[in-house]
Amino acid sequence: MHKKHYEQLQESIYAETLPNGLKVFLQPKSEMAKTYAIFSTNYGSIDQTFVPLDGKEKITVPEGIAHFLEHKLFEKEDRDVFQDFTKQGASANAFTSFTQTAYLFSATSNIEENVRTLLDFVQDPYFSDKSVEKEKGIIAQEIRMYDDQPDWRSFFGTIQSLFQSHPVRIDIAGTVESIQEITKEDLYTCYNTFYHPSNMTLFVTGNIDQEKMMDLIRANQDGKTFAPPAEIERFFPKEPETVAEKKKIVRMPVSVAKCMIGIKEKTDYASPEAYLKQELLTDMMLDYYFSKSGVNYEELYKEDLIDDSFSFETSLEKNFGFSIIGGNTKEPDRFADTVKGMLHRMKDHTVTEAEMERMKKKTIGQILRAMNSLEFVSNRFIQYHLAGVDLFEIVPAIEKLTAEDANDFLKEWFSEDRLSVCQILPQEA
Amino acid sequence: MKIADEQIITGKGATLHIIPTKKYKTISIAVKLQAPLERKTITARALLPYVLQQGTANLPDARALRIKLDDLYGAILSISGTKKGEKHIITLRLDVANENYLSDRAPLFEKAVDLLREILFEPKVEDGAFTQSIVTREMQTLRQKMTALKDDKMSYANMRLIDEMCKGESYSLHVHGYEEDLEAMDGQKLFAYYKQLLKQDKMDIYILGDVEKELAEKAVRPFLERDVTPMEEKAAAVHPLAEDVKEIVETQDVQQAKLHLGYRTNIRYDDSDYAALQVFNGLFGGFPSSKLFRNVREKHSLAYYAASRFESHKGLLFVFSGIDPKDYHKAKEIIDAQLAAMQAGDFEANEVGEVKDLIVSQILETIDNPAGHIETLYQQVVGHKNIPIEKMLEAIRQVTKEGVLQVAEKVQLDTVYLLTNKEAEKDA
Repeated sequence: MHKKHYEQLQESIYAETLPNGLKVFLQPKSEMAKTYAIFSTNYGSIDQTFVPLDGKEKITVPEGIAHFLEHKLFEKEDRDVFQDFTKQGASANAFTSFTQTAYLFSATSNIEENVRTLLDFVQDPYFSDKSVEKEKGIIAQEIRMYDDQPDWRSFFGTIQSLFQSHPVRIDIAGTVESIQEITKEDLYTCYNTFYHPSNMTLFVTGNIDQEKMMDLIRANQDGKTFAPPAEIERFFPKEPETVAEKKKIVRMPVSVAKCMIGIKEKTDYASPEAYLKQELLTDMMLDYYFSKSGVNYEELYKEDLIDDSFSFETSLEKNFGFSIIGGNTKEPDRFADTVKGMLHRMKDHTVTEAEMERMKKKTIGQILRAMNSLEFVSNRFIQYHLAGVDLFEIVPAIEKLTAEDANDFLKEWFSEDRLSVCQILPQEA
Repeated sequence: MKIADEQIITGKGATLHIIPTKKYKTISIAVKLQAPLERKTITARALLPYVLQQGTANLPDARALRIKLDDLYGAILSISGTKKGEKHIITLRLDVANENYLSDRAPLFEKAVDLLREILFEPKVEDGAFTQSIVTREMQTLRQKMTALKDDKMSYANMRLIDEMCKGESYSLHVHGYEEDLEAMDGQKLFAYYKQLLKQDKMDIYILGDVEKELAEKAVRPFLERDVTPMEEKAAAVHPLAEDVKEIVETQDVQQAKLHLGYRTNIRYDDSDYAALQVFNGLFGGFPSSKLFRNVREKHSLAYYAASRFESHKGLLFVFSGIDPKDYHKAKEIIDAQLAAMQAGDFEANEVGEVKDLIVSQILETIDNPAGHIETLYQQVVGHKNIPIEKMLEAIRQVTKEGVLQVAEKVQLDTVYLLTNKEAEKDA
C-alpha cells in the first residue's frame, strides 16, 4: 500500500493495485461521521462497439445497455441488493455516464460489511429473462421522465448537434424502443467484458482505518477467481472536426424557450498535463467571461437575454469533449447570435495578469469548497485518475497558470465550424 | 467522530449560532430572516433576494459585487427565500475558503462577514429607494422564474397539489410570489418593505467551520446590535381533517403522468410523536426499501420513482410518483394499499429497527455537510425545539412499532392530484 500525503490540503491517499488488477484508493477522514465508497468500471454509454471477452469479432450492442446493466446488477436470484444495504444501515445508489458505470453507498455504521456487499454484488451478476423483461417498464418510465424535462432535452439536443457519429450522441438510457431489444445474453456479454477487476476502481473515503480496510479488500478479492486481465478492444467511428448541425430545434410544450450554444472541444491532448491544462483553462475562461463577474454575463443580463437559469459547463474526455452555454431566454435567435459574437470576440481579447490572478484565486477557493464533499472527491479522483491526472495536484497546477497561457488558449480555442446552436421552442400552434 | 457542539449567543438584534469544526476546508456563514408567510408580503420577499445582489453602497453594480467575491478566493454568495410551514425565511449564505489551506494565507473570514453585512444593511439606494431600473429588471427575472416553473413537471405538480389541498391556508402561498402583485411593485415600495423586514424579522446567524468564538462574535457584532421590534409569533393553525378526499385531474402535453397525493398528519416538529413520524415515513416511502418503492416500482414496474416525504412544521405528508398515464387507477390503488398496510401494522419489528438505523445515519450524513448541518439546526429554531443532535438521534432510537402505528392512524388522505395527458384523461 502506497501512501501519498498532500501537505497544503492536509489529505492523504493510500493506493494499491491488487493482483487481479483492481485499483484501490483509500482516503481516511476521521472527523467525518460517514463513509462513502464507490466501485466504478471504465464502461459507459459510449462503449457500444467492442470485441467481447473470448470473442474474435467486434459487435455492437443495443443503445442504453450499460445503464440497463447498472439497474439489473442490484437484482439477484433471491433478493434485491438495495434491501441488503438497508439492513446494514447504508443507502446505496448507482449511476451511468458516458464513460463510467459506478455503484456506491454511504453509511455511518457497518462499514466493513457494506464494503463487502458492494464488492460482492457487483462481482456476482444474476440476469434472467423474466427480470430483464420486468426492468423494461421501469426504465421506460425513467426515459419518459427525462423526455418531459426541457433541461435534459436541451443538454442532449446540444450534444446531438455537435456530434455526427460518436456514440456520445446516444442517450445514456437509450430509447423506449432500443431497450426492448436487450436480452440477458447481451447483459452477460457486456458484463464479462467490462467488469473485470483490471477495468475497475474502488475508492473509499470517510471514517475508516486504512490498514484494516485494505486488508478486508485484499481478502475479499483473494477469495474470488477471475480470468487473466486482457486489453479491451473498443471501437469509435471517426468523428469529423466539424459539428453535425449548425442549428437544431427541438419542439416541446414549454412556457419559456431555451437556447444553448455548443462548442465541440478538441481532444488531441499530448499528455495528461496538457489535458488538465486544457480543462482548467476552458473552465476558467468560460467562468471569466460568462459567470456573474464576467463582462459577457453583464451584457447578456442588461440586454434582457438571460435569467438566473443561465449556466455553462465543460466536459472533456479521452475521445470527445464539449462545452455548453445557455439557459432560458425570451429571444432564442438573438441570444444565439449575441453569444456566438461574444465567443468570437474572445479570441482577440487579452486577459491581464491581474485578471488571471483573480480567476486563479476563484478556482482554488471553489476547489477547496468542493473538497468538503466526499462524493465530489471520490468521483472526480477516479475520473481524473483514468486520464492520468491526480486530483490533489490540481491546486499547484492552477497556481502555475499564467495570463499568457490563457491568451494562447483563447486564440486557438475553437473555430466557427465547431460551434452549434440548440433551441427548445414551444410547439407550433 | 464527535458531533460539534452548537454555541448560542443571544444578542438584541439577532441570535448567533457558532458551530466550531475542523471538518471542512471552508467557513460557512448563513443569515436567516424569518417572518410569517403572508400574501401581502410574499412577492416583496421573493423579489428582495434578487435586488440585494445587484450592488451595495460601495459596490456600484452586480458585477463589482461578484468581482469582490472572486477576490475573496471565489466566495460563494447566495440569497434565497423558502417556506417552512407558515413561515417565510430569507437566507443569505456566504461560503469562504479557510485560509489555512491557501498558500498565501490571506485572512478571509472577517472580510467575508463584512461583505455580507454590507449586502444586507447597506444596499444600493437612490433617493431613499431601490434603483427603479434594477427593480424593474429583477421583476422580469422573477416573472420568468414563475413561468419556467410550469416546465418542471414535478415541481409544478407539487405546487398544484398544495394549491388545492391547502386552499385558504397561508401554506398554499407561492414562494416565488404573484405576478399580479408585481404590477404594483416599485423601488420605493420594495425599499419600504425592506426597512420593515430589517426592523421586524427574526434573525439567526450561523457560523460553521474552524473559527474561534471570540472572533466570530466580534465579526457579527453589527448584526447582533441591530435595532429591532420583533413581531409577535402566531401559533400554527390546526387544520380540521377533511371529510372527503379531493381529486384533481389536469392535462398537459406530457409523456409521463405525475401522481401526487397529499395527506394530513397534524404532527409537527415539536410534537412528541415527530420521531415516530420520521420512522413511519421511512417504512412507507422514504427509502428504496420502503413499501412504495418496493411495490409501485419493483413489484409492479409502474414507475421509476415512488416516494413519500413529510413536511415538518405544518403536519403534511406527500407521495410522489411518475407513471404511465394509463396506469393511474392501478398506481393509486397500490399506493392506497401501502398506507392501509401501514395502518394495519403490516411491518415487522426488525424493519422498524432497520429504518431507525437508516434515519440516524441520514441525519449524521446530513451534518457532514456544512449547509446540511446549518439547516438541521435551524429547523429547531423554526420548530421551537432546541435539543442537541444526540438527543434527536436518541428520540429516533426510542421509537417502537406501536408508536409508528399510532402515527399511521393519524395519516389521512386529503387530496389526489394527477397531471396527465389528453389521451389518458377519459380513463381518469
